[in-house]
This record gives sequence, C-alpha cells and structure tokens, in this order.
Amino acid sequence: MSQAAVELDSVTIKFGDFVAVRDVNIDIGDGEFFSFLGPSGCGKTTLLRAVSGFLEPTDGHVRIHGNDMAGIGPNVRPTALIFQNLALFPLMTVWENIAFGLEVRGVGKRERRDRAEELLDLIALPGQGDKMVSELSGGQRQRVAIARALAVEPKVLLLDEPLSALDLKLRQHMRTELRAIQQRVGITFIYITHDQGEALTMSDRIAVMSAGVVEQVGKGADIYDRPDSAFVASFVGENNAFRGRVTQISGDEVKLEGRQGQLVGRFNPDNPVREGDEAYLFVRPESFKFADAANADAVNTIKATVREDEFEGSFHHLILAAGEDDYVRMSLTNDGSHSSNLKGAEQSVRFEPARGVVLPIGPLATE
Amino acid sequence: MSLKRWMTGFMEKNGLLVGLYILGAVTLWIVLMIVLPQLFMLDFSFRYNLPPAEIGGPKDVYTLSNYKYLIYGSAGSAADYNWIDLSVFLQTIIAAVFVTLIDLALCYPIAYYLAHTAKGATGRLLILSLIIPYWVNEILRAFAFRIIFGASGVINNFLVYLGLIDQPIDFIREDVALYTGLSYAYILLMIFPIYNAVESLDRNQVEAARDMGSGWLRIHWRIVIPFAKPGIASGCTMVFMLTAGALAAPQILGGPSSLWFTQLIVQWFNTGGNWPRGSAYAIALLIACVAFVLFMMRVFKIRVGEIGR
Ligand SMILES: Nc1ncnc2c1ncn2[C@@H]1O[C@H](COP(=O)(O)OP(=O)(O)OP(=O)(O)O)[C@@H](O)[C@H]1O
Ligand SMILES: [Mg+2]
Repeated sequence: MSQAAVELDSVTIKFGDFVAVRDVNIDIGDGEFFSFLGPSGCGKTTLLRAVSGFLEPTDGHVRIHGNDMAGIGPNVRPTALIFQNLALFPLMTVWENIAFGLEVRGVGKRERRDRAEELLDLIALPGQGDKMVSELSGGQRQRVAIARALAVEPKVLLLDEPLSALDLKLRQHMRTELRAIQQRVGITFIYITHDQGEALTMSDRIAVMSAGVVEQVGKGADIYDRPDSAFVASFVGENNAFRGRVTQISGDEVKLEGRQGQLVGRFNPDNPVREGDEAYLFVRPESFKFADAANADAVNTIKATVREDEFEGSFHHLILAAGEDDYVRMSLTNDGSHSSNLKGAEQSVRFEPARGVVLPIGPLATE
Repeated sequence: MSLKRWMTGFMEKNGLLVGLYILGAVTLWIVLMIVLPQLFMLDFSFRYNLPPAEIGGPKDVYTLSNYKYLIYGSAGSAADYNWIDLSVFLQTIIAAVFVTLIDLALCYPIAYYLAHTAKGATGRLLILSLIIPYWVNEILRAFAFRIIFGASGVINNFLVYLGLIDQPIDFIREDVALYTGLSYAYILLMIFPIYNAVESLDRNQVEAARDMGSGWLRIHWRIVIPFAKPGIASGCTMVFMLTAGALAAPQILGGPSSLWFTQLIVQWFNTGGNWPRGSAYAIALLIACVAFVLFMMRVFKIRVGEIGR
C-alpha cells in the first residue's frame, strides 16, 4: 500500500448547524474492500456523497490517489457511485444502461456494445443486453448497476447499501458475488451498510460509525472481538452488557461489582476504565457455557433460568433470566450434547474472564 | 360480458348511490356537453343556409358545399382554389405550432427548475406568481398587452429612452404583440404537465448520469426529456389546440394583415349569418388540429394513453 486510494482528512460535513459527519480521518488502501457500518441516519450516505463529489465537506479534505478533490465535480472524479435505489435508467435497455458512461465519453456505438457484452459476461448475464431494466429480477438489476458503474473504469467504486432491497437469500448470494467481482477487477470498493453481517463477510476493513463519528476502524475480527467502545460492542454482533462499578484493575483483568455480584473481564488499554468508575462488561452469547457442579463457585458464574429457547438449526439461542431485570443471551451449538428443549430449566452459566471486555459507559446501539 | 363485470365491480367499489351518481353525471356530461353539440355542428355543416321557412322542406338536404367553399371558393370566382381562406387556415396552424414551440422552450426550464431545484417556500412562491396573473381576465390582459406594446407604450418609450431606436416600433403590425400575448396565454398549460412529469423522475437518475460524467445537455436529452415526454406531449397538445382556436388575442392584438382562422369562423356565424358554413369551417379546423396532433404523436412515438398520466 504505497499510497492511499482515498484519504479522508479531518472531514466534517454540516447541514446548517447540524453536524452530519464529524472529523473523520481514514486512509483507504488501493484495492481495499472498505466498509462503513452504522445505524440508519449516522451519516454514511453523506460521507459517501462527499467522496463522490455531490457534496463538498464543510471542513477537511478528500483526496483520491493523492489529488485533492476540492471543487472537482462528480462528473470528473475517478469514482463511480452505486445508489441505494440503483437508479438505473428505465427507458434504456440493459446494454444502453451499462454503456451510458461510454456514450458520454464519445465511444462509438459498436465499441460500446462490445464493452457492454464483456461486462454482461462479468456479471453473469451474457446476452441479456437487449432486455429492458423492468424485465430483470432484483438481483439482476443489482448486477447491471454494478456493470454500469464499472464501465467507466473508476478507480474507486462507491456502493450505498446496494443489497438492502433484496431478500435474505439473494443478499447472501450477492455478498459472495460482489466480493468476487471486486477481486476480479482489483479496484478499491467503499461499501456502506447498516448490516453488520454484510460488513463482516465482505470487507478487508470496517469503520463503525455512530451519529456522524467514526468509532473504530479495523478488520472485522478486531472489531468483533476487541471493540473499543460501548457503541461498537453493542452494535456489531449480539452482546450482553452488564453494568457495574470497577473495584480493581490488575494487569489486564478488571473486577466489576454489579447486580450479578463480582464479574471479571478484560481491560482494554485503547479505551481504559479507572477504578471507581461505572462501566460495562460485554460478553458475547457464544462465550457463555453452562456451569456444572465441578465449577459452580468459579468466577463469572451467574445463576439463571432459561426463559426462551429459539432453535435455529445450527444453534439454540437462549434467553435466560438472571435475577430481577437482567437477561443473558446465550448461543449453543447444536452438537447433540444439549436436550432439545431447554425452556424452564434452571441453569447456572459462566464465561472466561478473557471473553468479556470492560469499557467505559457510553451510548449503546438501539436496534 | 367484461363491461358487465366492470359495472358490478364499479358499483361494489363505490356503493350503488355514489356509483350511479358518478356514472350518470359523467354520461350526462359527455353526451349533453360534448357529443350532442358537436353532432349538431357536424349536422349543420352539411346543410344549406336556408331561410327559416324552408328548413325541413324539400330543399333541406345534405350537401358538401360548405366544405367545398373552403377549398374551392364560390363557383363564380375566377381562382381555382379559395386561396384567401386556405392560406389563413394554414397560417393559423403554422402560427399555433410556432407559439407551441416558443412555450415549450420557455416552460421546460421553468418546469424543471420548479420540480427539481426550487425547494419549499421558493417553489411555492414561484408557482403562485405564475398562477395569480391568470386571475386577470383574458380581455383585460390582451388590452394591457396592446397598451404596453403600443406606439407610445412602455416598451417603445423605454427603447427610445435608451437610444436603441429613434422611431417607435409598430409591435402590433409586426405581430410581436400577438405572438407574445398568445405565448403567454397558455403558459400554465405547458408548465404544469411538464412539471408533473419531471417531478416524478427519481433525482438519483440525474445524479447517476452526472456521476458517469454526463454534462447537463446530455442529462436532459437522454434522461429527463424522454422521461417527461408524455408531459411534454400533453402540454404541447393543449397549447397547440387552444392557440389554434384562440379568438380574443388575435382579435385584439393581431395586426391589420393577420387574420386568425377563428375570426373567419366567427364572421360566417355573425356577420355572414351563415351557420352551416361557419360550422363547416369550425369542423375543418377541429379535424385538422386533431389530425396534426395525432401525426406528431406518431412521429414522437407517444401513445394517446400516456398523455392522460
Ligand atoms: N441535505 C440534507 N440536509 C439536511 N440534513 C441532511 C441532509 N442530508 C442528510 N441529512 C441528515 O444527515 C444525517 C445523516 O444522513 P445520511 O443520509 O448520511 O444517513 P445514512 O447513514 O446514510 O442513513 P441510512 O442508513 O438511513 O441511509 C441524517 O440525520 C439526515 O437527516
Ligand atoms: Mg443512506
């Protein structure tokens, strides 16, 4: 990675007094599949529009391959944007859609047609060029939008939640497809989504956004396993949050005193807590195990009763009640070692201290 | 069968009372206000202009003479064709096309601006300032135009004051006042259909085209205009028909040499006292206009159904 494909340098975007994007600093590498992940309204589209040129940042700079993009319109930037609703041209055929960018560039009709055919092959729709857009299925339209954007040979492809309109099956299929296309064409993809599954499966790196601020940037596994803030921990994947007061920090272990008594979790030096602070301890559902008689008194054991057992094939997703108002979400692999319906069972559960992380109090993601 | 099914469906949807009312009102409207009068005119146009005593008598038979008169003139005249009336007829249609084109050129940008750029209060203010002038009635407006375009009107005074001209221009004789008045008269009928069509265009399509490097001209030519075509057609049709059939503006603003075909029609009805001939002239104008519009729609590949949207 000699030079960043896209540099966001202290980018702030305001609408009047409202700050939609606040001081974003990210370097996105050449050929990287980079995702912005965040809940609806957190400023993802706004940031993407600043990269594509439909919007100028109020402060800061957007650079593409080292060139400052200030004052350069979307029609001359080396980016192509795939819109949230695709925005295919309904009155043009599929191949005319794909070749529109080439038409703009004055490429002759014959060459345009040939190039469109090549791209139709790439998106696995060979020979469908003469259809109208309305004759295609959702997934096919999706791919045409990608081909249309790729036809102008952008250096950076920007995708604004392009899969959100598709049904679940197709969405999962298109994830693989998108990733494969990206690897074939080798250009930088900047992908926007509020679906963490999409972000985790496709991306090289992810930036998690909340209310206009980038909370954390990293590889999917980093973000999932080592969240840096309460928001990231609660937004990415399922998480149990236990609130309590920090009583002791020793090495990389933090002791927390809360409604479940004493719990022990991992210390996060990137966002440290101090003794005496209120804090959250986050534990993933899959980090819980059933406690048995042998380790009934071990650390991080919580007495609980199974309230719900959602059986989802490979997993049991359990909701356990622990005391008055606390619930524990727990996922069990369906490996044959558990009874088929656990509802109503009294079961103590426990987790390893290294599988929990203690973070300062902050806003949690509300689904 | 299918009509019956449609009827029962229609009644079920609206209830018997409301259904009957709508059906009755629409039928009455169409028959009484549209079909019957035109049928009478049509019938009239094929009859001789007889004194009241002879109507219904043996001389009251159908004839093509009124239409023949428009084409060939009176039997006694020296010329082969009725060039005077025919040329007025043709001029009226050409002038109406011209006015329609002016309106289209004027209104498309306004409609696009209103639909896609002007927001909230600005947009409402603009629409209001387009509508309110139409509260002034047509005659008043026409005479007002006559005054400002007159030899000592505001425009001439201003041009003389600027030193651009030393003699006032006769805008009336040059038909400038007429074309301005006619173009202005039906501007709303051009703006609103186009505005409606353009407004339903997904803005992302415009941005997508822009993102792919397209300039504004191409965006309009390839994306916006094809999309707004039904609206444009509907606006053009209305403006063309109404301009060709206009009477007040040509009468008040027309120069001495310009005659609108509607003025000929009125002459036959009024001064000429020849209703059958007036009817024939009016029907000829109607048919020519409809034929012309249908032909243009054919050329631009627009189906009649699309205009209704
Ligand atoms: N043109 C605008 N004027 C004023 N506010 C705006 C404008 N565009 C966006 N906003 C505001 O900025 C915030 C971020 O909007 P944005 O469209 O970037 O969200 P998003 O993360 O893309 O959400 P979603 O996932 O729902 O698409 C929102 O609160 C929105 O109301
Ligand atoms: Mg968005």
